[in-house]
Amino acid sequence: MKPSQAVDNLIEISGLRFSRGSRVIFDGLELAIPRGSITAIMGPSGCGKTTLLRMLTGQLRPDEGSVRVAGQEVNRLSRPDLYALRRQMGMLFQNSALLTDFNVFENVAFPVRENTSLPERLLRNVVLTKLQSVGLRGAAGLMPSELSGGMARRVAMARAMVLDPELLLYDEPFSGLDPISLGVVLRLIRLNNDALGLTSVVVSHDVAEISQIADHCLVLSEGRVIASGRPDELADSDSELVRQFMTGAADGPVPFHYPAPDYRQQLLGSS
Amino acid sequence: MALFRQLWNSQLAALRKLGAVVLFLGEILAQCPAAFTRPRLISAQIHNAGVLSLVIIMTSAFFVGMVIGLQGYDSLARLRQEDILGAGVALTLIKELGPVVTALLFAGRAGTALASEIGLMRATDQLAALEVMAIDPIRRIVAPRFVGGAISVPLLTAVFNAIGILGAWFIGVYIMGVDGGAFWSQMQEYVDPEDIGEGVSKSIVFGIAASLIAVYEGYNCAPTAEGVGMATTRTVVTTSIVVLILDYMITAFLI
Repeated sequence: MKPSQAVDNLIEISGLRFSRGSRVIFDGLELAIPRGSITAIMGPSGCGKTTLLRMLTGQLRPDEGSVRVAGQEVNRLSRPDLYALRRQMGMLFQNSALLTDFNVFENVAFPVRENTSLPERLLRNVVLTKLQSVGLRGAAGLMPSELSGGMARRVAMARAMVLDPELLLYDEPFSGLDPISLGVVLRLIRLNNDALGLTSVVVSHDVAEISQIADHCLVLSEGRVIASGRPDELADSDSELVRQFMTGAADGPVPFHYPAPDYRQQLLGSS
Repeated sequence: MALFRQLWNSQLAALRKLGAVVLFLGEILAQCPAAFTRPRLISAQIHNAGVLSLVIIMTSAFFVGMVIGLQGYDSLARLRQEDILGAGVALTLIKELGPVVTALLFAGRAGTALASEIGLMRATDQLAALEVMAIDPIRRIVAPRFVGGAISVPLLTAVFNAIGILGAWFIGVYIMGVDGGAFWSQMQEYVDPEDIGEGVSKSIVFGIAASLIAVYEGYNCAPTAEGVGMATTRTVVTTSIVVLILDYMITAFLI
């Protein structure tokens, strides 16, 4: 790899192959994610978007190929080195994954308590600052069961940011949110990325929403990147599959009907 | 032939699972020193697994003690040997029933709670979130629960034995009229330190086994509601069978 590439791209994946049983998830996947950008990863259900995030965090190991984050080959790191790398990452899970026994404050404080020996007073200030940034300082004493879906997502975002990571990964951050919560989360992703100088990777199905904030989009299908570029470029793509995905058309290369025998024959013919 | 193959496959699967459990125990033991540096985490688990099990343990122990007292009195009375009721009850409880029944009750009360708690954390991505936060779930979640459970079982067994003996005393001495002095003195006479050692050894082994099975099943359950339910069921079933097998093995070894 050229040194200039290592500086520009925070994430570089090359020749990635990964299968679950006989099902091939990635078949020679190549992609690069530039530092400081918001990159949207899109694609049909089951194309491996969440799997890709788990590769980036080292929770899954590829069968072949290389996954490099901040210049380090994730799948070759020792456990302590992998944990050191993870301290530079934050991840927002689809279901928020808040610790249900702790209140909002303790959830956000948790990574700091476990990974640092920050004095309590300083820790309190850090946590309240992060909660203020997501608009939930007043909810510090609430339990996760008392939060709405949108609030839980914002608490999880504060927790993901609390160690001031270099990379933030979002797994379906908009799923199940009402329009107001969705707008808030969308704005926070952009604001946090710019204010904290992060690199954000957002896995999402919500093409219209993510297109508003993404600098760069990647569309995955059948184990490869089939299109990449700015959201407006993808909308005008030559690929029918990409256009269908970007416009949400019901029929196209991904057919509406599951393969079946001829309709007339099946209705009129003998069983 | 098909039946033989099915049997062979199930044996192979059981052996594979045993290997996985042993490796899991190795991982936990490697993290135990770190867990001991945070005694509050362990004491919280001793509270959850031990203190909160006290009611069921004490109630069961009292009734088990009363039953042994009653049956023992009935049998010994036929031989006109009621005076050794205390010794018989104590030996039965300390060497056998105390450790076994405590472990079975622990599996039903605390083991299921441990398995479902960890399983639910798996199903709701809390364990995955810990990993991404650079926090080892084995160190932070599993090891303290394992240690807390393993410490709780011998302590609960001691409570079970004491309450069980009181139950037998209540029936034997207070209700059936066995001489109280004979009840306690015969117990002192016939219960040796080796007998207590056997019971303690069993309770330690059962505590380790019951806690290990609970945390293993919870940690490795399928991340679904059904998966958590099945893990909870497997915890009780596996612990019950393993405790009874281990009980026989330890008894055969020590006698």
